[in-house]
Amino acid sequence: MKCKEIISELADYLDEALDPILRASIEEHLGKCKDCRIVVDTTKQTIEIFCNSEPAPLPQTTRQRLHEALVKRLRRVRA
Amino acid sequence: MNSPKLNPVQPRLLPSQVVKDDEPVLVAAARAGDVSAFETLVGRYERKIFRLTQNITQNREDAEDAMQEAFLKAYEHLQDFQGNSRFYTWLVRIAVNQALMKLRKRRPNIVSLDEELDTGEDMVPRDVQDWGPSPADRYAQTELAGILSKVIAELDPPFRIVFQLRDIEELSTEETAEALGLSVPAVKSRLLRARLKLRQRLNQYFGRGGNS
Repeated sequence: MKCKEIISELADYLDEALDPILRASIEEHLGKCKDCRIVVDTTKQTIEIFCNSEPAPLPQTTRQRLHEALVKRLRRVRA
Repeated sequence: MNSPKLNPVQPRLLPSQVVKDDEPVLVAAARAGDVSAFETLVGRYERKIFRLTQNITQNREDAEDAMQEAFLKAYEHLQDFQGNSRFYTWLVRIAVNQALMKLRKRRPNIVSLDEELDTGEDMVPRDVQDWGPSPADRYAQTELAGILSKVIAELDPPFRIVFQLRDIEELSTEETAEALGLSVPAVKSRLLRARLKLRQRLNQYFGRGGNS
């Protein structure tokens, strides 16, 4: 396989959505090509960093307004 | 009549990849009229939904409005929730719709999400740098959050939104396609481009200046 083909299959490779034969071809290439190995590894890390990042707490004013809006609407729904 | 009681809910850390097992119980209770169960769901997901609407709209006021509307619509339409998917996935879809409406209103010339896009004829990365193990650990949590917000904001909306749903909210490719009215191949194509662009932009923070 060529580097360009590795990149075009990268999303499915990282999502483990490839058939075993294609996956084995990619892994054979990765064993020989350092640049592709780094790209695959850093792209995987990119996904993990975003996926594992915790959302920041809501600003207090934002939370207050959300709860006020909910109280107002819940009262109307239950009335 | 007793007013529904909404106590301020303290933020709780929830690993992003985990939807707690008690979600169906809380949803069933909320559907039966238990306001406190809905409060718990709001407290559990408010930070994630706000990050979602913020990342889509890139505007604080719009993000806040979209989040509020999402929770209000979710409550009003709880009876329509069939339970075929996770409640959180259903809530994300509502929030995405609200956020997209805000985005389109503010930026009417924005590329339509379902428009054919040039996802790049040559996607082979040129800037190849090793990051070493645990690159995120080199930054404090707030500093890292700032970096992630900055680099995702630099993506064009069609790529940013697909990445947000697929890799941050952890919807499946099919769920992402359905939520955005895109084909599965279009989602895959945009996701690949988004991941590669983000990887490249993160090089400046995590890269070690060479490939060795």
